[in-house]
Amino acid sequence: MSIEAHGIRKKFGSYTALDGVDLNVPQGKLVALLGPSGSGKTTLLRIIAGLEFPDPGSGRVLFHGDDVTDVPAGKRKVGFVFQHYALFRHMTVLDNVAFGLRVRRRRDRPSSAAISERAHRLLELVQLDGLAGRYPSQLSGGERQRVALARALAVEPKVLLLDEPFGALDARVRKDLRRWLRKFHDEIQLTTIFVTHDQEEALEIADEVVIMNKAHVEQVGTPQQVYDRPASPFVYQFLGNVNVLRAPALAEGRRRGRPEEAAPEGQIYVRPHDIEVTAHDAGGDGVSAIVRHIHAAGPHARLLLEQVQTREHVEVDISRSDLAALELTVNDLVRFRLRQTHSFDEDYAI
Amino acid sequence: MAAVIPAALSTRPVRTAVPRATRDPAWARWLLTGIALLFLAGFLVLPLAIVFGEAFSKGVPYFLAAVSEPEARAAIRLTLLTVAIVVPANVIFGIAAAWTIAKFKFPGKSLLTTLIDLPFAVSPVVAGLLYVLVFGAQGWFGPWLIAHNIRVIFAVPGIILATTFVTFPFVARELIPLMQAQGTDEEYSAVVLGANGWQTFWRVTFPNIRWGLFYGVILCNARAMGEFGAVSVVSGHIRGETNTIPLHVEILYNEYNITAAFAVASLLALLALATLVFKSVVEWRQSHAS
Repeated sequence: MSIEAHGIRKKFGSYTALDGVDLNVPQGKLVALLGPSGSGKTTLLRIIAGLEFPDPGSGRVLFHGDDVTDVPAGKRKVGFVFQHYALFRHMTVLDNVAFGLRVRRRRDRPSSAAISERAHRLLELVQLDGLAGRYPSQLSGGERQRVALARALAVEPKVLLLDEPFGALDARVRKDLRRWLRKFHDEIQLTTIFVTHDQEEALEIADEVVIMNKAHVEQVGTPQQVYDRPASPFVYQFLGNVNVLRAPALAEGRRRGRPEEAAPEGQIYVRPHDIEVTAHDAGGDGVSAIVRHIHAAGPHARLLLEQVQTREHVEVDISRSDLAALELTVNDLVRFRLRQTHSFDEDYAI
Repeated sequence: MAAVIPAALSTRPVRTAVPRATRDPAWARWLLTGIALLFLAGFLVLPLAIVFGEAFSKGVPYFLAAVSEPEARAAIRLTLLTVAIVVPANVIFGIAAAWTIAKFKFPGKSLLTTLIDLPFAVSPVVAGLLYVLVFGAQGWFGPWLIAHNIRVIFAVPGIILATTFVTFPFVARELIPLMQAQGTDEEYSAVVLGANGWQTFWRVTFPNIRWGLFYGVILCNARAMGEFGAVSVVSGHIRGETNTIPLHVEILYNEYNITAAFAVASLLALLALATLVFKSVVEWRQSHAS
């Protein structure tokens, strides 16, 4: 089922959480709502679920083309997984999963044998069938997460909404679970929106990323689109490391015949891995800089360069084999060139 | 490298941290514990022992007679009636108020929270007087009530009203922090899963608060039975009609019927002990449930 939201506005007192937000999630896609805290992403998710309502007269939420703006949460057929799972603490795992079926009106309710069988099947799906008799407090964070998912799926939702699904887990479990979620989504093909503030997570598993900032949508696109062609300085800075350089700093480079790289007045945005470093005595073009720090404990080596002319600092990622080939040490003189840069209009405030 | 690491580790001072508080000198610990025990013995255990000692000072038959003579029985009956009305009323009010305050945002919420505490702040005698001023013969509704032949003050309704006022906060105060700590996510989960308001309350909220609620009920019950000040003002002390157990004790005491007074008072003391036992059981259950 596709999800659309048009012109959603939401204020909490004097605080604007959403200011005319549009969203379009095609059927069967896994979409990430990505943004810093306070950007309105969770509010948007809760409005889609029916746990909050847009300000009167401001916008509509459509499921599969049908207006559900005024439909209560329980009738929208959404599965919602809360950030802290919100499992019913006094119920066993099985009872948690069966809850959505047991509260149905009698004529819609399956027999108790059928309910229990379905709950067991869902627990198998999330690989937790052995834990049916446990209580939530006896489970690990990752297990609770999957129980919450099974519980949400029990009511056969048309849409799955996840609020910071990996937010409360430690780094290692996070990584495993997000890959599992991607695989899981490919199997069940349910339209899914998840909220996250972790760009790595969003870029890794989402089909499409919706980047939000200060109650607005900044950009929508596939992970590669938003990473390679950020629509605004905010998106550029939010999606990974970036050097923001004053254009005149590269005057030297421009003189050597690469005028297209810098807008005269603006700032230049360049990712650390889009900078090429060569030995200074090799000659050629490029800006002269001094190596101030070398951080080589990781998959790449990270250099901190200081431009000779402007004393501006630049972060550069190079491969460790390049680092070895250059035989760099701190305080060496090098040249750097920008491979791919971005500039935005100066009046575009970050 | 391999040689360096153990060397580096060995230079780190190895010290097991001992919290300061557990290293106080023995005499200080014994002194503080001793003072606390002495205080408990002097102010709590001794009076309790005296109550029971006095109650049985003229033997068991006298005790039984004192608690079963008609006026004592009427007082016990009135107290039980009051409790039977006041406690359920305050349970319903307490749950409703706590639910409203803990789970919703609305203007005037802090005012409501403050108002719930009012009976704790106001002296029970003042509370009783308030009811006299409102419902008494010279009060606001007095003439209307007299005209319709309804008696509130110096009658059972007044006693129930005054007791309700005084015990108002117990259940709500017990539940509000509990419900606030539990948040609203479980309720929201239930709602998204299709549960209606009633199902959400009975299947999700109530099981999470039942021990806190029980605790509140115990305290509310103890106070409702023992309330003296407010009830004293509105009751009128009509023997066999508007005397509760505490008022009956006072009358016996004022008539120098000391042993009988203590005998009836021991019933209240017994209730207090039972309440404490209950409370400990509930607390034990709670700490084992979580």
